[in-house]
Amino acid sequence: MASGLRAVVLFGLLLLPLLAQAQLRIEIVDGVEGAMPIAVVPFAWESEMPEPASPVHEIISANLARSGLFEPMAEDSMIERPTRPPEVRFGSWRLLRVDHIVIGRVIDAPDGIGQEIEYHLLDVHSGRILLSQALPVAPGDLRFGAHRVTDAVYEELIGIPGAFATRIAYVVVTDIGGPDELFELVVADADGFNPQTVVRNTQPLLSPAWGPEGRRLAYVSFATGRSNVIVQDLFTGQTEVVSSSPGINGAPAFSPDGQRLAVSLSRGGSPDVWVIDLDSGSQEQLTQHWSISTEPAWSPDGERIYFTSDRAGRPQIYVMDADGDNVERVTWEGNYNARVSIGLEERFLATVYSEGDNDFRIAIHDRETERLRVLSDGRLDESPSFAPNGSMLLYGSRENGRGVLAAVSADGRIRQRLVDSEGDVREPAWSPILR
Amino acid sequence: MKTAIRFVALVMLAAFLAACARDVREEPTAPEPPPPPPPVEEEVDRVDPRDFTDARNLDNPDSLLSQRTIYFEFDRSDVRAQFRPIIDAHAAYIQGNSTARVILEGHADERGSREYNLGLGERRGNAVEDLLRAAGVAGRQIEVVSYGEERPVCRDSSEDCWQRNRRVEIVYTAR
Repeated sequence: MASGLRAVVLFGLLLLPLLAQAQLRIEIVDGVEGAMPIAVVPFAWESEMPEPASPVHEIISANLARSGLFEPMAEDSMIERPTRPPEVRFGSWRLLRVDHIVIGRVIDAPDGIGQEIEYHLLDVHSGRILLSQALPVAPGDLRFGAHRVTDAVYEELIGIPGAFATRIAYVVVTDIGGPDELFELVVADADGFNPQTVVRNTQPLLSPAWGPEGRRLAYVSFATGRSNVIVQDLFTGQTEVVSSSPGINGAPAFSPDGQRLAVSLSRGGSPDVWVIDLDSGSQEQLTQHWSISTEPAWSPDGERIYFTSDRAGRPQIYVMDADGDNVERVTWEGNYNARVSIGLEERFLATVYSEGDNDFRIAIHDRETERLRVLSDGRLDESPSFAPNGSMLLYGSRENGRGVLAAVSADGRIRQRLVDSEGDVREPAWSPILR
Repeated sequence: MKTAIRFVALVMLAAFLAACARDVREEPTAPEPPPPPPPVEEEVDRVDPRDFTDARNLDNPDSLLSQRTIYFEFDRSDVRAQFRPIIDAHAAYIQGNSTARVILEGHADERGSREYNLGLGERRGNAVEDLLRAAGVAGRQIEVVSYGEERPVCRDSSEDCWQRNRRVEIVYTAR
């Protein structure tokens, strides 16, 4: 409980030194047939503090709807408004044809600092209470509290952890090609709220990557006119240039333990995968090949590194041990596979995929069945990034000549579009689950 | 140049006044305006556009030295024969001007992944560098910087645009 509270307080701090940004609007393009009917009943507000504009139950309801797996009931269809389990009359909810209801209230924390979200998930058919919890929330962090509640409800009903209490990083470019062209690296909640500019620059910014603790971002900046790899602490705002060798400094990826950064450096003549120890700054070269070797991605256990290489003529995905040994090709379908993102248990690999160099789409390679699923239908889709629970993929796409973000479920059934009102959006990166 | 004309004019004026002083002191007349300077021949006209060591040719549209962009095919970095004369011209210039410095900016079109395209842009820059070096240019005069697909000159998603974006620009940081 104490450590949970501290984490929530830290996320409040994150917002302070940063600059506000236009918010992404998330539109659902496709949902699932037969999504689960659920009712999130308005939570009682029993706190001394003024109630925020977006009530907790609305955030939970919107989260569940956005996942495509639930069909939350409209608030004005609810006849009863229970806030504690004894008040629930299950027969009424059965008549309304919902399977589950979420009820609760927001109260002031017993220690006087912040609030608690007390919530219950009930099975309408069996009348059982599936979940009951009082979640402590730091002052001003009710939104994140609502995301945590959604994570718990989702995990209880779907069987895998939710990824609502997460953030996304992306690059927004305004006045593209114009005299005031500006690149901004933005971090927002996974539902698009609280967008904050982490860094802005008149020169290109690309390839954001999250630290495993969700507190640091690594990215590539051309601020000096050449590429540099930067690591920035989101809480303190502190930045460090971790690589500025002659040639390319690109494609950063934190190791799962957060102590090392895999990058692509061309200081040896062609882009190769290197690993930088973030404490000592020492650099170790893992690949040594005349071809392009870039876009490293660590296996979840840190034992292997996947990367893009065109050593066989065209770009494909390869894997090697984390010391550079035992290089093996892993993608065989399509004449172009790049920028791999690794899904659950390394079974699913998402890539930028092309068959004939005209359409570049997001595809998932299932390494168990050796089958390929093309998930997007754009012409210039790029930068796939798995949600930390493997359920959804975020990627960059183009629509009417503009960069937009899109999300698709790993099975291809659920689609969302994330639109920024002002600029070109690209290069999404989904954070780990924030605890 | 202007100073020279002014000097000549002053000398002529002085001579004229001296003549006046000698001959017709009592009837001073206004001095004649100095004759207009002879038309100066346009400098560029005198430059041989094939003299690739002459810095003026960098801005002379008739000279190959004014061409500084090499274009590439998709996912390729081999320099096509038609661009070799441009590279040879710049090799001659850089070799003949030891203070000259160039950045070879490598670029790619927007298709595919950004980081791979950074690699591709660099490979194109390296291909041009190799040809300059093979022609005798010193390595210290050349730097390759890849911008990948981040700095397009054309922003439509069409082959017409893409082929203009797959390029190496020879940028002189010192002539």
